[in-house]
Amino acid sequence: MAWRQLRRDLAAGEIRILLAALLLAVMAVSAVGFLTDRAERGLAMEANRLLGGDAVLRADEPLSDSWRAAAAIPGLRQTETRGFPSMVRVGEALKLGDVRAIGAGFPLRGNFHVQMAANAPEIIAHSIPARGSVWMSRAGAQALAAKIGDPVHVGASTLTLTALVTQEPDAALDVFSTGPKVFLNLADLPATGLEQEGSRITYRLIVAGEPSAVESFLATAKQHLGRGQRLETVADARPEIRSALDRAGRFLGLAALVSVVLAAVAVAMAARRHSARHLAGSAVMRCLGASQRTLVGIHVGELLMLGVIGSAVGVLCALALQSVAGAWLAQSLGLAIPPAGWRPAFEGFAVGLTVLFTFGVPPVLALRRVPALLVLRRDLDVGEPSAWVAGAVGLAGLAMLLWWKAGSPALGTAMLIGILVTLAVLATLAFALIALVRRLRSRLHGPWRYGLANVSRRAGASVAQISSLGLGLMVLLLLTFVRTDLLSRWQQALPADAPNRFLVNVQPEQVAPITDALKKLGVASPTLYPMIRGRLIEVDGKPASGADYTDDDRAKRLAEREFNLSFAKTLRADNEVTAGKFWSAGGSATPEISVEQELATTLHWRLGERVAFDIAGQRYEAKITSLRKVDWQSFQPNFFVIGSPGSLDGYPASYIGAVHASSTQTGFTNTLVERFPNLTVVDIDAVIAQIRSTVDQVSLVVEAVFYFSLVAGILVLLASVSASQDERLLEGAVMRVLGGSRRQLLLAQASEFAAIGLLSGVTAAIAAMALAGVVAKKVFDLPWSPDWKMLLIGSVLGMLAAMVAGMLATRRVLRAPPSVTLRELQE
Amino acid sequence: MTSSMAASPPHSSVGAGALTAAGLGKRVRLPDHELTILADVSFTIRSGEAVAIVGASGSGKSTLLSLLAGLDLPSTGSVSLDDIVLSALDEDGRARIRGEKVGFVFQSFQLLPALTAIENVMLPLELRGDRDAQAPAKKILERVGLGERLEHYPRQLSGGEQQRVALARAFVTEPDLLFADEPTGNLDTDTGRAIVDLLFELNAQHGTTLVLVTHDERLAARCSRVLRLAAGRLVSA
Repeated sequence: MAWRQLRRDLAAGEIRILLAALLLAVMAVSAVGFLTDRAERGLAMEANRLLGGDAVLRADEPLSDSWRAAAAIPGLRQTETRGFPSMVRVGEALKLGDVRAIGAGFPLRGNFHVQMAANAPEIIAHSIPARGSVWMSRAGAQALAAKIGDPVHVGASTLTLTALVTQEPDAALDVFSTGPKVFLNLADLPATGLEQEGSRITYRLIVAGEPSAVESFLATAKQHLGRGQRLETVADARPEIRSALDRAGRFLGLAALVSVVLAAVAVAMAARRHSARHLAGSAVMRCLGASQRTLVGIHVGELLMLGVIGSAVGVLCALALQSVAGAWLAQSLGLAIPPAGWRPAFEGFAVGLTVLFTFGVPPVLALRRVPALLVLRRDLDVGEPSAWVAGAVGLAGLAMLLWWKAGSPALGTAMLIGILVTLAVLATLAFALIALVRRLRSRLHGPWRYGLANVSRRAGASVAQISSLGLGLMVLLLLTFVRTDLLSRWQQALPADAPNRFLVNVQPEQVAPITDALKKLGVASPTLYPMIRGRLIEVDGKPASGADYTDDDRAKRLAEREFNLSFAKTLRADNEVTAGKFWSAGGSATPEISVEQELATTLHWRLGERVAFDIAGQRYEAKITSLRKVDWQSFQPNFFVIGSPGSLDGYPASYIGAVHASSTQTGFTNTLVERFPNLTVVDIDAVIAQIRSTVDQVSLVVEAVFYFSLVAGILVLLASVSASQDERLLEGAVMRVLGGSRRQLLLAQASEFAAIGLLSGVTAAIAAMALAGVVAKKVFDLPWSPDWKMLLIGSVLGMLAAMVAGMLATRRVLRAPPSVTLRELQE
Repeated sequence: MTSSMAASPPHSSVGAGALTAAGLGKRVRLPDHELTILADVSFTIRSGEAVAIVGASGSGKSTLLSLLAGLDLPSTGSVSLDDIVLSALDEDGRARIRGEKVGFVFQSFQLLPALTAIENVMLPLELRGDRDAQAPAKKILERVGLGERLEHYPRQLSGGEQQRVALARAFVTEPDLLFADEPTGNLDTDTGRAIVDLLFELNAQHGTTLVLVTHDERLAARCSRVLRLAAGRLVSA
C-alpha cells in the first residue's frame, strides 16, 4: 500500500519536492564528504612531500630487514636515508656538516632542486647523486667556498661535488640547520667508514604509495615500534603547516555541517507540504475504517522507501559531482587527488535517513490524527497538535547530526545555540514586523497592499517562512564571514614581506656591522637575536635528561637535544604571556627564564621551578617566572626558552636574524658573505614558496566546498517558498477570477516576497554577525569585529533570493488559466 | 431560441448585458484519446434574465460556466459579452472584463483563507482600482447580515456565513452578470434555501443577469429559463 502510494505520489508530483530535498540533503553531505575526504587526502599527500614520502619511520639504530619486509606490500614504494653529523672538508676549509646518504628513488614525494653550476638555472633532479659524487646545499658550499668539480672529503672518501642543492624535498623540517649539507649515494656510505658502532646516525625508512597501502603500513608499524623508533607524519613537521591543515579541516567540517542544517530545513518544509496535501486523503481513509496504525504504516513506509531511494540516488549524484569537482580541483591545485573512500557514502545514507526521520516523519505522523470529519468539512481547522513534538524531534536529530559532523562538541554546541537563538530572534522580529504591517494595512492600496498585507495575514506561516529563510541566509552569511575571515587571516599570516633570509652564526662583535650592512641593503630595521646553545641538566634541583621522559618521544627528544636559549629585555609582539609575569625592561636581580607554554607542558615544567642548563661546560640556572604563547606564523626566529637580560652575559653566544630580501636583490647573500665569511645565510624563499602554495591550495578547497553549500542554501529558499504554493495558487486564481491582471498578481507576489526576503536578510545578517564573532573567537581563535555592510548584503541577498525563488516557484500562478487552478486545488 | 441564435455572428448587436455562446465546444486531450466535454452549444442570455444551466454530474455544466465567464478558452466557437468576444482577448483582457462586469459565487465559496471577511469583499474593488473599498464592502456585508463579523477569517465562519461573504463579494462591484456555480452544493437545506433567497433578492435589487449552474431542479425552477445539458450537448432551452 505504501509502495502504491509512493508511486502515485511520484506520478502526481506531490512528493517530488520532498524527494528533491532529501536527495539534496544526501547529495550535499556525501559530495562535501567525498570532496573533503579527497581534498584532505590530497593535501596530506602534498604536505607529505615535505617528508619526502607519505610516511617516514625514523630510528636511531639500523633498521632490521623485517621493516623492509613490512613495507614491501603491493602499491607501496620504499627507500632509505641515513643522516649524521660529520666533518666535511673542501680544500683547506673544514666544517661540521650534515651528511645525508640517500637510497635510490629518494625522494618518493617532492623533488630536489639543484644547480649544476654556480650560476646555472635551477632544475629538478630526477635521480640521486651518482656513485662517487656528492651534492651540497648552496649555503653550505658558500660556507666552504666549494665549487662544482671540487673534491669533497667525507670520512675516508673523497667525492666530487656535482650539484648545488637549492631546495630539498624535506627542507622545511630543518630550516635552522647551520652546517653544510652533503648528499651522497647510499652505496658510497660504507667506503667512508663513518657507519660504525656508536655513530650518531639517524636511519629513515621512507614509504609512499596508494593511501590504503600507506595506512596499512602505518597500522603495522605502530604495533611494532621499538625503542628509539618513531613514525613521522606531517603533523610533526612545521607548526605553521600543521595549523593551516588543522584550520582547513575544521573549516571543511563546518561547511559540511552547514549543508546538513540546510538540508534538514528543506526536508522539514517539504514534509509539511506533503502532510498538508495528504490531509483529505487520510480523512477519507479514516472514514473508510483505516486505523491510526494503518495510516502510520502507509505514510512511514512510504517515507522509508523514499529515504532509501533518495539516499541511493543522492549518493550516486554526489559521486558524479565529486568526480567532476575533484578533477577540477586536481587541475587547479596541480596535484594528484586520490579517490574518495566509501565512508561519505555511508554518511550520506545515515544523514539522509536521520534527516528524513527526525524532520520528515513528525509532520507526516500528524496525518494519523486527522479527523474523519474533514471529509465533510473541508474547511475544518486541522492544526498540528504535534508541532511541539515535531520540533523537539527535529531539534534532537539536528543536535545529533551537528555533534557528529562537527566532530567537536564545542563547535556543534555553538552551531546549535546559534540556530536556536537565531530562530527565536527571527521569530520575534517577524512578529514585530507583522504587527507593524498590520497597522499599516489600511493605508496601503491595490496589489501592493495585498502583497505586503499577506505577510501579516498569514502570521504563523510568515513567521515560519521568515525564520526558515533567515536560517538559510544566516548560515550562508556566516559561511561568508568565516571564510573571509579565515582567508584574510591566512593571507595576513604570510605577508609579502615575510622574512626570506635567515642569518645564522653572527658573532657578538659582528652585530653592529651586520646591522649596518643590512640597512644599506634596504632592510628597514633588522633585528638580530642572541642564541646560546645549552643542554638540560637539572629541573628543580633534580638531575634531568631524556631518560626521564620514556613515555613521551617528543619530550625525550626535546630534553636530549641542545636548547637554543636567548635573552631579551622586552616581550616581542609575536609573544604573549599566558602565566606568570615577564620581567621589566630593567631586568631582574636573579636569573629568570620565560618558557614557551607548549614546551613547558610537554616537559612538565611549572612556574616557579628552577631549570639548569650546561652551556659549553658552564652551569646556567634560572627560575621560570613566565610562560609564553608564541605566534609561530610570524616567521621570526622564536625561542622556547628566553633568559632575563644580563643573566646570560658571559656565556658563548651567537646571533641569528630573519630579514626580507626583495627578489630584485640578487647579490644579497653574496654581498653579506663576502664581507662576513663566517656568516651563514639560509635562503628560505623556497620554503616560503612551498608554504604559500600549500595555503593557496587549502583556500581553493575551502572555496570549492563553500560554493557547494551556497547552492544548497538557495535550494532551501526554493523549498521554503514552495511550501505555501497551494495557498498562493488558490489566491492567484481567485484574484484572476475577480479581475486581477497579470501585472497586479506579479506586483502582489513580488512585494510579499521582497518583504519576507528583506526581513529575513536583515535578521539573518545580525544573527550571522553575532555568531561569527563566537565562532571566530572561540573556535578559530581569530580576532573579529562586526562588519556592518553585511546588513546591506543580507538584505539585498534575502530580497533577491526570496523574489527569484518565489517568482520561480509560483510562476504557475501567473500562467495557469484560473479555472484549471481552481479545479485542481478543489479536487 | 438557441438554434436560431446559433447562426448569429459573434459581433451581433444584441441588447446590453447579453451573453452569447456560439458553437461553443471544449475538447481535452487525454493520453490515449481526445475527450469532448462540450460540443456545439449555442444560446443567448438577455440582460436581466435569470437562467439556470442544469444537467447530471459530468454533463459539462461547470465547463460551460468557465467558458462563459472567460476563465477558460473554448476549443471551438466563441463567447460574447456585450458585443465583446471573450476568446479574442488575452487573459488580462478577460480579467479586466470580469473585474468590470462579472461577479462569481462558487460551490466551495473560494474565499481567500488569509483575508478577513471585509478584506475578501474589498478585494475585487481594490483590484479594479477603487480608492475607497472599505465603505461599500462594509455596507454590503451588513446587507447580508454579517455586520458583526467583518474582521472574522473564513475559518471562523460557518459554511452559510462564508457563502454570504461570497455573495457580498460578488455583488459589491455591482456586476452586470453574476455566475453562480452550485451555490448551495456545500450547504444544508435550510442554509441553502436562505442563501438562494438572498441571492435572488440581491439579484432583483441590483438588476443583475444571473447564470446559475445547478443540478437542483427546485432551484432551477426559480429561474426564468432553464438550459439543459446532457453529455456536453444542449438538449433543451
